[in-house]
Amino acid sequence: MQLVVKDLNTFYGAIHALQNISLSIAEGEIVALLGRNGMGKSTTLKSIMGIIKPRSGSIQFNGNELAGLPPHKIAQAGIGYVPEDRQVFGNLTIEENLMMGQMGIKNKNAAGPKWTLDRIYEHFPFMVKKHGLKARFISGGEQQMLSIARALMGNPSLLLIDEPSEGLSPIIVNEVRDILAEINKEGVSVLLVEHNYKVAVYLAKRIYLMGKAHIGYENSVGHLEAHPEIRSQFLEV
Amino acid sequence: MKIPPSDRGTIMEGTAFILLTQGIHGISYGLVLFLAASGLSMIFGLMDILNLSHAYLFMLAAYFAFSIAQVTNFWVALLLAPLAIACIGMLLERYLIKPVHPFGHTPELVLTLGIGMVLLEVVKSIWGTTMLTVMPPESLQGFIPIGYLKYPVYRIFIIVFTIIILCGLHQLFRRTRFGTIVRAATVNSDMVSALGINVPRIYTLFFGFGTWLAGLAGVVVAPLLSVHPGLADQVGLDAFVVVVLGGLGSLWGAFVASILIGLLNTYGIQLIPTVAPLITFSLMVLVLTVKPTGLFGDRQ
Repeated sequence: MQLVVKDLNTFYGAIHALQNISLSIAEGEIVALLGRNGMGKSTTLKSIMGIIKPRSGSIQFNGNELAGLPPHKIAQAGIGYVPEDRQVFGNLTIEENLMMGQMGIKNKNAAGPKWTLDRIYEHFPFMVKKHGLKARFISGGEQQMLSIARALMGNPSLLLIDEPSEGLSPIIVNEVRDILAEINKEGVSVLLVEHNYKVAVYLAKRIYLMGKAHIGYENSVGHLEAHPEIRSQFLEV
Repeated sequence: MKIPPSDRGTIMEGTAFILLTQGIHGISYGLVLFLAASGLSMIFGLMDILNLSHAYLFMLAAYFAFSIAQVTNFWVALLLAPLAIACIGMLLERYLIKPVHPFGHTPELVLTLGIGMVLLEVVKSIWGTTMLTVMPPESLQGFIPIGYLKYPVYRIFIIVFTIIILCGLHQLFRRTRFGTIVRAATVNSDMVSALGINVPRIYTLFFGFGTWLAGLAGVVVAPLLSVHPGLADQVGLDAFVVVVLGGLGSLWGAFVASILIGLLNTYGIQLIPTVAPLITFSLMVLVLTVKPTGLFGDRQ
């Protein structure tokens, strides 16, 4: 296993936001983490990334313990982060945003060939013409692509992606979906937090479902598709 | 009416002459203010720290300049004193300010003011309280003619030097990795660290950079004003007004406000000396009433 999270506990003040979260991802795998709003999906990603410090538990990545490390060390270990709301740097150009993804990463954890500006522009052709444009002037879909591309520039072997299809039109959602599939083919594993069930089952082979602050279900996509009652228990509003 | 060339000098004397010299005086003082205030403003913009010891570091730099210039010369002082101030700044940030920052603005203001007080006492015990003089280097002494005026070379040097620094700052922010990281971290420091960049280290470096600018201002101001413990309050207060007036964190705001305050100060003292000290603060109150974020700022 590439990533093994075991008994992760995170608090917001007195609120026990994550209770004994355990999950794992194999190399090259896409795993989806689904659940209703406020269950703790984003908090799980932020805790793995070190943006919120988990209070206890272990995060093993390629055999190294990451729990308790600051975010920049976790990124340097080879985990890329694509946050909810994209969080591109609106005051920087597209190209500067991309370079930001590379500046802090010294070691080469690349799964497959290394990412360069040229390769990014091949995968995201819209950026070529707009490379000098401030990121706040591009569309939501383009910002989502930029956020993914920025994470790729650090040559991660695992991507944590938070709700990439949120607020995008169906056509753009499919574009984002196909890009993620493409990236995965190049050897990057993905932990995908999604609201869009169709996108999640299209991409992932395994699914985790979150109930309030805990993981309530773990199985293959086939198993979940065969059990609509589990879907309604965890996903339907 | 045609004025014969021989009479032009006479006509230039009087009001016009005073207005023009005072104008250049105001601009050169304003630019020194900008050097002193820019670090303060940028540190606030990136790190959300209002460093009240900034003006005292500025004063300390003037004393460093005095001592270094005695042993060597002004140019060595201009190189070394700001670097020494930057080192002190980085140590202060790393070991005193950083641990206190998570507890909010009030403890931080008390701490940085306390650091300022300590620096003031240290300066008094080493150099005493008398006014010390730093001579400009020989190449910058004397006057140069500008049209019909003779103007001190050193003030021209200040104007040119500060404009070079300003252009350097612009290039640093636009063209270097460090500048790109700082611009990104100003809007979203969590995301910057999630990209593998050691943000606390960037903060310490940037704090050092901001205090380096204060150090430059301190050295440059030493030959202009006399070096004394009141320097921190004298220039520090103006620098603070500049930062608030221009908008906290806005470099261009600080630049415009500096020139404005510099001009108001010198014209004020020349034309209406009795109320001159009131002008800058009245302006600050006026601007803040109309636009609480300052001229160019977006934060209160």
